[in-house]
Amino acid sequence: MNWFSRPASETQVTHGQRLWLYIFAGVTMTLLVVPTLIVIPMSFSDSQYLEFPPEEWSLRWYHNYFGSPEWMGATATSFKAAILTTIVATPIGVLAAYGLHASKIPFIRATFVLLITPMMVPVVLIAIGAFYAYVKLQILYTMTGLVLAHSLLAIPLVVIVIGSALKSYDMNQENAARSLGAPRWKAFMTITLPQIRFAVVTSALLAFLTSFDEVIVAMFISGGENSTLTRNMFNALRDQIDPTIAAISTIMVLVTTGLMIVAQVFGTDKSQK
Amino acid sequence: MSDTGQGALPIAVRNVTKTYGDVFALNDVSLDVKSGEFLTLLGPSGSGKTTLLMVLAGFTRPDSGSLKFGEDEMIRTAPHLRDVGMVFQNYALFPHMSVAANVGYPLKLRKTPKDEMDRRVEAALETVQLGGYGERGITQLSGGQKQRVALARSIVFAPRILLMDEPLSALDKKLRDRMQIELRHLHEKLGMTTVYVTHDQREALTMSDRIAVVNHGRIMQLATPQELYEQPANRFVADFIGDSTFLDVTRSGSALGAAGTNLKTTRHVPDGEGLSLMMRPERLHLITGKPAKDENVFEARVTELVYQGESYLLYAHLKDGTEVAVRGAMRAGTFDALPKQGDTVQLGLGVDDTVLLAGEEA
Repeated sequence: MNWFSRPASETQVTHGQRLWLYIFAGVTMTLLVVPTLIVIPMSFSDSQYLEFPPEEWSLRWYHNYFGSPEWMGATATSFKAAILTTIVATPIGVLAAYGLHASKIPFIRATFVLLITPMMVPVVLIAIGAFYAYVKLQILYTMTGLVLAHSLLAIPLVVIVIGSALKSYDMNQENAARSLGAPRWKAFMTITLPQIRFAVVTSALLAFLTSFDEVIVAMFISGGENSTLTRNMFNALRDQIDPTIAAISTIMVLVTTGLMIVAQVFGTDKSQK
Repeated sequence: MSDTGQGALPIAVRNVTKTYGDVFALNDVSLDVKSGEFLTLLGPSGSGKTTLLMVLAGFTRPDSGSLKFGEDEMIRTAPHLRDVGMVFQNYALFPHMSVAANVGYPLKLRKTPKDEMDRRVEAALETVQLGGYGERGITQLSGGQKQRVALARSIVFAPRILLMDEPLSALDKKLRDRMQIELRHLHEKLGMTTVYVTHDQREALTMSDRIAVVNHGRIMQLATPQELYEQPANRFVADFIGDSTFLDVTRSGSALGAAGTNLKTTRHVPDGEGLSLMMRPERLHLITGKPAKDENVFEARVTELVYQGESYLLYAHLKDGTEVAVRGAMRAGTFDALPKQGDTVQLGLGVDDTVLLAGEEA
């Protein structure tokens, strides 16, 4: 019996009958990934311009990136903003999701909708709104302003991820802990939090990436020495098309996939198996 | 467990009311649980029994009323300061901790020294017959074992009051029957004041010192299992405990009648109109031969006969059209000798079993 006529699952459908499905899935995955991967060879080009495939290979654009104080400064800003956004958005989002889950008051559903509106409104509107608000508040082009705006975008993600983790969590456990002598905050810290820790790690990474990848809001409200990497990349693409962008993109892909791998490793609950 | 059982506390509930919107979950409930007593709150779902338990545990704050453990007013005390052991319906064990860590959790919160903690955890596990299970994970346990761990966790810190919210409802029938007896023994051994919530009347009858039947946020009757079964206070209790049929009773002077039979009874006859007669299947019997003097006799026509192994169940229509059930024990050959569908039979109800109830269904 060859592979094609072997059953693919508990049903009697064979791998042969499933072949079209495998091809379809393969093509879809390729289309998803290829545009991202195409920048990698481009970044090792020796050419002055972005080109694919490159004719000569070199590391000059990496040298250019690491050697430029401007790019390094923007990178530092991006990391700083992303880390601070994670620190601000994760606890607030976790607490909000917990509150929504535990509360019995009416209209709690409306509160949830309110909390996730930043996800539904076009980001450009948030950017414009933030710009005018920040002018008034005099926090335009500051790290504080950037972190606040990015937290606004990240909190809904945290609320959704934690909220869905709490759905499968039995709140009676917390009541049990309380009846056994734990104050509520301690019951949360020792019983609830350890059981949603994977979701917390995942949501923290999402918060980080939300800020790190964000460009639209950053275009409006970051600038000067608080210019983010994405903002500078966007400007560089507009002004001079040079393969440094490809080098930076490659590094960003590495950072992002690295974090995703971390999320996969930590985010899989081995005790559940 | 040397350090449990001392100073079990009485519980005094006074005029506790809890409303959700217009609905009374608890309607002016007062209840005394004696020190060391096993008291069961029995009622259908939505009756308020769980709300009352949650008031005792501190998870529900009533609108008004008082709650005392011993001499201390508890109504405003947070759950973690009440020192009450509680077993939850689905155990509520902590799956991210080992069995020993689960059981040791309340001791750890009380900053118990490590050696003493280990000793008491093991002692508690032995009490529930899980000695040596400390290192296991929660997910590796069967339902019955989880139940025991939950119990060990709730008694390990020697609380003076133990609350249980339908703790056996997730177990299969055989295990449930065994755990009922075990819990009863454990209670005798530890002597904590225990409040147990269930909707299962047999469970309540098996385990309790006293039972409070709860409905519509009120206590309908508080009595020992035997009193409750033999002399229910009203139609609701009679209906909820056991499979009863009720006949309207007519009264003229001191003469009582139901379904065309003049009733004799040795039991209390309540005053007022609207009396009904409670008929329980196992108290009715088929008369073969001459009726005895001390029984009420009803004519009936058999509508159905059911074979149930250890007993038979015979359904019959009385003269007034009411369907009653008769349950009888069986031995080899009994079933074949029973009357068949359509036969006319005489049903006997002993005068001591002739219980009359006042009032409408509550």
